Amino acid sequence: MKNQYVTPAGYKKWSAGFMIVGLLTLILGVVFLNPAAGAHGDNVNSTRFWAVLLQNSLFWLMIVNVATFFIVITTLAMGGWQTAFRRVAEAIGSVVPIMGGITILIMLCIILGGRGDIYAWLDKTQLSHNKILNHKVGFLNPYVYLIVSIIVIFLWAFIGRKLTKLSLESDDAGTMDSATSKKWLIQNMSWSAFFIVLYLLTVGSIIPWLWLMSLDPLWFSTMYSWYTFASTFVSGIALLTIFVIYFKNRGQLEFVTQEHLQDLGKFMFAFSIFWTYLWFDQFMLIWYGNIPEETIYFKIRLQGPYAGLFYLNLILNFVAPILIFMKKATKRNYTIVTFMCIVILFGHWIDFYQMVMPGTVKYHPHFSWFELGIPLGFVGVIMWGVNRFATKVSMTPLNNPFMKESMIHQV
Amino acid sequence: MIKKFVVGSFEDEKVLFPAVKNVRRAGYKIHDVYTPFPVHGLDHALGLRETSLHTMGFIYGITGTSIAIGGMSWIFTTDWPLNIGGKPHFPLPAFIPIAFELTVLLSAVGMVWTYCWLNKMMPGVKKHHFSPRATDDAFVMVIECTDKTNEVELQSFLQNNGAIEINVQEAEEGWWFGRYDKDQKLYRTEEVSV
Repeated sequence: MKNQYVTPAGYKKWSAGFMIVGLLTLILGVVFLNPAAGAHGDNVNSTRFWAVLLQNSLFWLMIVNVATFFIVITTLAMGGWQTAFRRVAEAIGSVVPIMGGITILIMLCIILGGRGDIYAWLDKTQLSHNKILNHKVGFLNPYVYLIVSIIVIFLWAFIGRKLTKLSLESDDAGTMDSATSKKWLIQNMSWSAFFIVLYLLTVGSIIPWLWLMSLDPLWFSTMYSWYTFASTFVSGIALLTIFVIYFKNRGQLEFVTQEHLQDLGKFMFAFSIFWTYLWFDQFMLIWYGNIPEETIYFKIRLQGPYAGLFYLNLILNFVAPILIFMKKATKRNYTIVTFMCIVILFGHWIDFYQMVMPGTVKYHPHFSWFELGIPLGFVGVIMWGVNRFATKVSMTPLNNPFMKESMIHQV
Repeated sequence: MIKKFVVGSFEDEKVLFPAVKNVRRAGYKIHDVYTPFPVHGLDHALGLRETSLHTMGFIYGITGTSIAIGGMSWIFTTDWPLNIGGKPHFPLPAFIPIAFELTVLLSAVGMVWTYCWLNKMMPGVKKHHFSPRATDDAFVMVIECTDKTNEVELQSFLQNNGAIEINVQEAEEGWWFGRYDKDQKLYRTEEVSV
């Protein structure tokens, strides 16, 4: 195979370094933050330990899963332009099983450990006192939580793998004739159709309720799932773009041009605005309605210790993308796009932080070594997983029927 | 202004692109190329500069936002303050939807009119048609003649580059209100044999 991607030594060093930093932080966390104690919220450091792990595992799992979702939507829309860098999305998608495993492990610890400080509905004493919480017990209970999570993560990983496998098979099969490619496309589309329905039913509805909204179990918002979806989608595209630019710089992805970069930039621009739209919908209705049971969610975020993050969130995720990505020239500039991808990734990571922390550690937020060390570990895992996939296969799916359309793609 | 044009029609995109390239290289001034459908990359081949339409769109949008925010905040804080549902007099979140709508409205309407202005087309406005086939099946290249242009040479040049119909026209290049001249036939009438 010509032009096979070979990992540069620097990449390996960074990837391993990040993972070691993450692991060290975890070990230090186990030593100093006392994770086994205080399941009723009487030990802030202990709560903080699990909250940070939960925030990061959910965030990184959902954004690597977006890579699979990206393949699925472009397949179903018969998109051709993404074919030149489809392998990058597949590479990121190959991290889903690993991330899923980590996430399930953390969930098992939280649920089986009965962490009522993270998920209030796990706390038996709270349950017996609270009528509203008692009404929700059919949905918010350990069995539903664990079974749904495990099935959903398994299905995400399984279909992602299936789609990747189909794509990899086309490499060995040689150039397809019309009939074969039609058959191949239909196979792709059936799995994609299955995935998109699954995605709608999970990320589009129950999964954010179960994983994130139940951190504030008395509060609810009908916009929440879509809001989470928009947040993960835009940061997933940012992650994809970073890797596209990385592989392009390494001499791979010979057919990716500025035209593809501009379209990825457009995706980020559009979905940053979409995120803002959903954020604002949720915020304004609650602000205008002014019902105590709803405003409680924003009280701690707007007037409590998270007020700074609240505005930072808007600046990073709305003001920066809309102003910087508006011009065509910036979307075609590799440096600016890389910079913006990092801003968006960080911004939505902050967004997840302010989703998770107010419901768990409440008025005692921390933002120090543990909060910053753990995400580095996850980044290291993603870098390692992508690299593992990329060194094994050709980064350009030459036999994909849409390859030519991608090569001549012009905005 | 009435000018002289050499008009060449092509039947295929594949012939048109090298022809555009050659005509430009030979130093002739292409007035415009009329095609039955949008042709990818033709604007690039013609060397057209990027449109300033979106810059205008941004300016219109900002104008809309300013009008909405400025207008509402003046009305509700200075001109006629009202207590609505116990909200503050300057309730920014409540203003956002209106600001957004006015931004979209002004940028959309403004861009449509600017687009028409840039393309010299408006309701009731007439333009010269160089070839009726440009709306049907031909790619019509119109070359403007200057003092130095040798028409005969240019016509044979076009023919060598694959043009199938070549003629010289004297026409008004801009747009005007009113009727078409009588001698300009908009549609070719053909005998239909039954």
